[in-house]
Amino acid sequence: MSESLWRPTAPLENLRRRATLLADIRRFFSERQVLEMEVPLLSRRATSDPHIDSITAGCSGAPAFLATSPEFGLKRLVAAGIGDCYYLGKAFRNGEAGGRHNPEFTMLEWYRLGWDDHRLMIEVGELLSHVLRISRVRSYSYRSLFLQHLDVDPHRASLEELKAVVARVLELSFEPAGRDECLDLLMSHHIEPRMDGDGQPGITLVYDFPASQAALARVEDDELEVPVARRFEAYVGGMELANGYWELTDAPEQLRRFEADRRYREDNDKPVYPFEERLVQALEAGMPDCAGVALGVDRLLMLACGAGRIEEVIAFPVERA
Amino acid sequence: MGTYSTNEFKGGLKVMLDGDPCSIVENEFVKPGKGQAFSRVKLRNLKTGRVWERTFRSGESLESADVMDRDMEYLYSDGEFFHFMEPETFEQYQADAKAVGDAAKWLKEQDVCVVTLFNGAPLAVTPPNHVILEITDTDPGLRGDTAQGGNKPATLSTGAVVKVPLFLEIGESIKVDTRTAEYQGRAKED
Repeated sequence: MSESLWRPTAPLENLRRRATLLADIRRFFSERQVLEMEVPLLSRRATSDPHIDSITAGCSGAPAFLATSPEFGLKRLVAAGIGDCYYLGKAFRNGEAGGRHNPEFTMLEWYRLGWDDHRLMIEVGELLSHVLRISRVRSYSYRSLFLQHLDVDPHRASLEELKAVVARVLELSFEPAGRDECLDLLMSHHIEPRMDGDGQPGITLVYDFPASQAALARVEDDELEVPVARRFEAYVGGMELANGYWELTDAPEQLRRFEADRRYREDNDKPVYPFEERLVQALEAGMPDCAGVALGVDRLLMLACGAGRIEEVIAFPVERA
Repeated sequence: MGTYSTNEFKGGLKVMLDGDPCSIVENEFVKPGKGQAFSRVKLRNLKTGRVWERTFRSGESLESADVMDRDMEYLYSDGEFFHFMEPETFEQYQADAKAVGDAAKWLKEQDVCVVTLFNGAPLAVTPPNHVILEITDTDPGLRGDTAQGGNKPATLSTGAVVKVPLFLEIGESIKVDTRTAEYQGRAKED
């Protein structure tokens, strides 16, 4: 066993498929006049996301962090006037390893000026259909998925009601702490695996997430006058592939969210990193209205190759890197 | 005893859950891109054999279970207990019917089984994958029927009942796969 540890874990055929996939993606954007950009992967600033941990490196005697996504760099470029742009390359997240996660992974992220989340969802569907040769694309609001699968309104149900639904469908070793933990559990454990219930793989787009899970998306009232995040996700075969926003462009609100994230991390004994105040400055200077989305390329390749685990599409996953 | 955190969970790890020793079958890291990380774990309760699924928060930990598998020779049953011996130390262990469970119907004296010990006492017994047992009762064989299909029940010396081809007779020894209770063939004479 140990003598073969130098070998890639992925079949060479899948690694060749990776090369054509990357070329396909670049052609897709080149034909649409979306420009490829590079951003720093080594930065003095880190993510503020409450549930994502940065990998800390050292550089010139001071801490630096590996980028968990190209988001801050790309948004600074958009604010500076670069126009429609994308990044296709590596991103890093500490502690994320499993059948669908590797701490170092390949991410595609792009921004479209003047678009909202629904316009960008169409393009995500087009890219996925093009790459995976799947024609069926379905869209659901977050609420309608919960009503359909669990008969509960995720925005209006009380915490007690949500806990009761969790207790009905899942066995946990802990008591869920709040609404978002209940919703995350139900979405990831119950709804995602049932999205392609009829066995045929399709592209599923989910929009209007709970306002408490807005991250960097705008919050607006939906048709029932409930505030929802203008955020969407894309799934194929029950696997989460992409997360997009109609982007927040309001600088004071961005600063408030960074501060709220920081408080959450402090209260939950998570590492607190220096936040990206230059993004707030970019928004103050005026970032054009835009929508942006990030997509996991390794998972896309898993689907293209019919692979069950991420190490079947990465040459040297973390255990062999 | 130590503890294991969810990021150390892997197949075969023995842990305590709800007071029972369990073996981890599978551990899946689940994390929505913008949500919390969980470990979705499949465990086999080593007392009941039942497999169930439970979700942990990433970073939670469980106590390790003092469980080990030993190869032991089956000696005899005294009606209440089944007696086993470790061939190297000659140390003897007695297991009750609950620990032996379904394995009882495959146990032949001097066969080597896997005995799972929990805190030093037998918790479960796994028979060898293949055993050779004598047919003690079956309907009479049909001559000239060796080529055709069809089978009949046969009772073996340990009490197990398996389906065998029609031509086999009382007194013959056969090889059986204990995992599926399927007839594998006539035992070779030696």
